[in-house]
Formats: sequence, C-alpha cells, structure tokens
Amino acid sequence: MRTSRSAARIRSARIAETVAKSILGTATMIALGIAVFLIGYLAYRGMGYVSWEFLTQAPRKAMTEGGIYPVIVGTVWLTAWTAFFALPFGIMAGIYLAEYSPRNRANRIIRIAIANMAGVPSIVYGLFGVALFVLQMGLGRSIIAGSLTLACMTLPVIITVTEEALRQIPRDLRQASLALGATKLRTIRKVVLPAAAPGIVTGSILALSRAAGETAPILFTAVAFFAPIADSPFDETMALPYHMYIMATSATKPAPQMVWGTAFVLVAGVSLINVVVASWRARQRRKIRW
Amino acid sequence: MVERTQTDGAFELVDVSVSYGNEMAVGGVTMSIPEHAVTALIGPSGCGKSTLLRCLNRMNDELGDVTVDGTILLDGQDIYARTMDPVELRIRVGQVFQKPNPFPMSIYDNVAYGPRTHGLRGKAELDAVVEESLKRAALWNEVKDALKKHAFELSGGQQQRLCIARALATEPEVLLMDEPASALDPISTQQIEDTIAELKESVTIVIVTHNMQQAARISDRTAFMLRESMDRPATLIEIGETRMMFTNPGDKRTEAYITGRFG
Ligand SMILES: Nc1ncnc2c1ncn2[C@@H]1O[C@H](COP(=O)(O)OP(=O)(O)OP(=O)(O)O)[C@@H](O)[C@H]1O
Ligand SMILES: [Mg+2]
Repeated sequence: MRTSRSAARIRSARIAETVAKSILGTATMIALGIAVFLIGYLAYRGMGYVSWEFLTQAPRKAMTEGGIYPVIVGTVWLTAWTAFFALPFGIMAGIYLAEYSPRNRANRIIRIAIANMAGVPSIVYGLFGVALFVLQMGLGRSIIAGSLTLACMTLPVIITVTEEALRQIPRDLRQASLALGATKLRTIRKVVLPAAAPGIVTGSILALSRAAGETAPILFTAVAFFAPIADSPFDETMALPYHMYIMATSATKPAPQMVWGTAFVLVAGVSLINVVVASWRARQRRKIRW
Repeated sequence: MVERTQTDGAFELVDVSVSYGNEMAVGGVTMSIPEHAVTALIGPSGCGKSTLLRCLNRMNDELGDVTVDGTILLDGQDIYARTMDPVELRIRVGQVFQKPNPFPMSIYDNVAYGPRTHGLRGKAELDAVVEESLKRAALWNEVKDALKKHAFELSGGQQQRLCIARALATEPEVLLMDEPASALDPISTQQIEDTIAELKESVTIVIVTHNMQQAARISDRTAFMLRESMDRPATLIEIGETRMMFTNPGDKRTEAYITGRFG
C-alpha cells in the first residue's frame, strides 16, 4: 500500500518535472525565435543593399541614393563620447557603492534611486538634455550635448552592473589580500577589480550598445537631418537611429532600401561588438571560476 | 632572502573579550602562545575559535561592528595599541583560511603578491622568495615547471599549500590556520600536517581544528574553549601540553569533549 502510493507520487513528480521542463524550454525557444526572426528579417530586407559604396559614401538626392558613411561616423563619435563620460563616473560610483558605502538606510535609498533612474523613459532624458546641456550650458545641438545626454541615461546601468559584478567576488579573496597586509584600496585594485572586470566590461558594452541605438535622447540635442562629418564635438551630426527615423517618416518617400540597409548596419555593428565581448568573457570565465 | 629577525612570535593574551555588536561572543580569555610551537584551538562549533583567532591579526577589524577588549601582546608589543598599524601586524602574522582561496592569477603571482605589496620589486629577489616559500610549503616540486600556470588549475590540496606559501612569502613570525584541512582529502591533509611540522621550526603556529586526532598529532599545546549557554560568552576552559590534555585533562568538560560526549 505504502510503496504503491509512493510509487504513484514519484511518477506524478516525474510528470510534473517533464511538463515544467517543456514549458520553460518553450519560453526559451520563443525568445530565441523572436531574436532570430528579427535579425533574419533585417538581413533579408537590408543586407542586399549593403555595398562598399553604401558604407563609404554620403547620402545623395535627398537620401534616395548614395550611402550612409557620415551617419556611421556620427554614431561612432556619439557612442565614444558617451563611453568617455559615462564609464569613469559609472565605474567609480559602482566601486563606491559595492566596496565603501556603509550598509545603512541612506545608501539603500541611493541605490533605489539609481535603479529608478535606469527606468526613466529615454525621451525624458532627451528633454532634460535640451534644458541642461543645449540651453543652460549653451552647448547647442552638438555631439557633446547628445553624448552627455546619452551618458546620463547610461550611467545608472553602468553603476548597477559594476556594483553587481563586484559583489559577485567572494569575500574569501578580499580577506586573503587583507590578511597579507594589503590595504583595502590595493585589494580592490589588484584582486577585486581584475576579477570583476569581465562582468563590468560586458555590462558596460551592452549599456553602450543600447545608447548607440537610441533616438529620443539625441533627437533635440545632437542630430540634424543632414550634416557633414563633424569637425569638432561641438558640431551637429547625423546618427544611425535618427537617420532611420527621418527616412521612415519623411514626406519625400526615400528609397526603402536606404532604411533597411541602415537598420541592418546598426544591428549588425552592435551585434558584432556584443558577440566579440561575450566570447572574450566566456574565455575569461573558463580561467576564473569559484 | 630577507634576514630573519630575532623576534619570535609569542602571544600573551590577558582577559580578552570579543563582542559582535552588543553580544559578547568570547569572554575573559587569558593564555599564552609560545613561539615556534603549534598551539591548537579546539571546542564545539560556535565556541569562538575563529573569533579568537581573528583577534591575533586584527582581521576582526574588517568585519565592522566588532569590539575587542583586554590586552594582546605580540613579543611584548600591544597589537591593539593606537600606534600599531594592522597592515604591519599582518605582515608579521599571516593567515590561512578554511577554504583554499588563491587569487585568480598565476601560481607565481599568488606567492609574489605579499612581497610585491610591501615593495619588493627586483625579479631575482621575487624569484628567490617565491621558490623559498613554495619549498617551505612543500609545493615546489609539484609546480616548479609550471609557475605561470593559473592557480585554479591546481587541486584543492595543492591550492591550500599555495595559500600557505603565499602567507609565508611575507616572512611572518606567526601563521594562523583556521581549519586549514577541513575541506581536503586525507592525503592532502597529511601533506598539510607534514608541512606544519616542518614550519614550526621557524614559525609560531596557531591552528583551529575540529579533528581531535589532528590536534593530538600536530600540536604541542591545546586550548579548549566552550560556550556553555547561549546567554553567556564562550570561555577558555583550559590550556596545556597536548599530551596532558588528551591523556589527563584537568577539567571534566575537556575530557567529555575529547572523548566525544558532546560537540
Ligand atoms: N561576523 C560575525 N558577526 C556576528 N556574530 C558572529 C560573527 N562571527 C561569529 N559570530 C558569532 O560568534 C560566535 C562564535 O563564532 P565563531 O565563528 O568564532 O565560532 P567557531 O568556534 O569558529 O565555530 P566553528 O567551529 O563552527 O567554526 C557565534 O555565536 C557566532 O554566531
Ligand atoms: Mg570557525
């Protein structure tokens, strides 16, 4: 009696296990399917238009012909300046929060506030950027003003990934270093940061690639319908996401190949960087495991 | 090699109490730890062995809300005096932890970490310290051709001996070991015990262990601690020659613990 009941229980547990596994697996497959479809569709619509000419020439005839070279350069500059502004601050703040801030109420509130900043819609950052950088600070519509706006948007993410990555590092390691007579600062520099670097780099690159694809924050702060390659960071620029936006909405009906080609270049560029970083990280992780 | 100074690494504890926040975990411990000998700390889980051990290199300072009262002298010098720099103390008093915790770097860099931290730069000097330390930790023969290998590629027992080598590289007078073999297999444990036996010629060793046979095998003196009720701090029940403690303990509670009646 008892054995048969427990056999039944084992059987039903096994069925539950199988059902759970297939539901979870299906969810994963759906997510993967969406990603594959998105990239595949972009490639199908856009890849055919990506030629050497497309990548190296400026748009002509109201963007119905030519290429997107200055647009690519604009996005590279915007992203590079964003990294320049956001990375040092974000990483330093993340180190402070993970390593130095005492665990008290004030710091919990700071942490929640930062997490909240990451949830503010990007158009709000755009408006904030106009008010502060473009008008108040008089930077005008420029790469600098746009990058500062993008940096504000990216900063909370970089702070959070840095803090998380540092918290992953086992306490044992810190203690080993302190017990050898190293100061806290040296322990962080020589042991904790190197061990956390893969996580910090991966998270930061992801945050920056999101920034590279944003339209709203640069809409009023950096971009122009048409601009030559900027001579200085105080000039206006073109940028890939905005370029797509104006082409898709403009009254002059630009050639659809320009829109899809641009979209493909943006996604391919960002994906390439993410894949490189992810594989670098996988290699690091094989070396570093606790 | 750095010249070994003739300070010896003998501790004198007078009425030492440790509190976490408002709660006193260890109370009124008075004992001496002689130089160049192995002193074992034994007692049931939670009786404050690790807590007491961490007082000796002031690692308790790193935990936050910890107060240490009483006096702890290392070769006559008060290690909690305001003039005592914990960094300097920890060069003299090294520690090996329960779980092997090598840094995520090469074997060589692990051992060189302490000396580099304290300003040793020359390649020849560093090479010499690394070799000497690995030899003293009985690991040299196994790794001498693979010093550039990542430390995580070593076995658990080898990693623990690497941690011992790393601690020895700063030439400490004292080595604190908190259950250094509890995560290891019997052969690795044997190797660690052999290493300890060799080391005590030159270093004072204080070791926490749950293994009575191990305490009996490797230590010269044994201290038995006990927390008799949760509303009172743990105390030192007795300390004495290991042989005496295991054959003819002075206290009933020691005898009960050693013969396995509690703990
Ligand atoms: N970081 C800490 N914060 C607060 N209380 C602590 C801390 N570490 C230890 N304690 C308390 O101090 C007492 C002694 O703990 P300790 O770790 O020193 O015991 P132990 O003898 O080393 O035990 P074990 O044999 O299990 O390692 C316990 O009651 C424990 O809860
Ligand atoms: Mg302990």
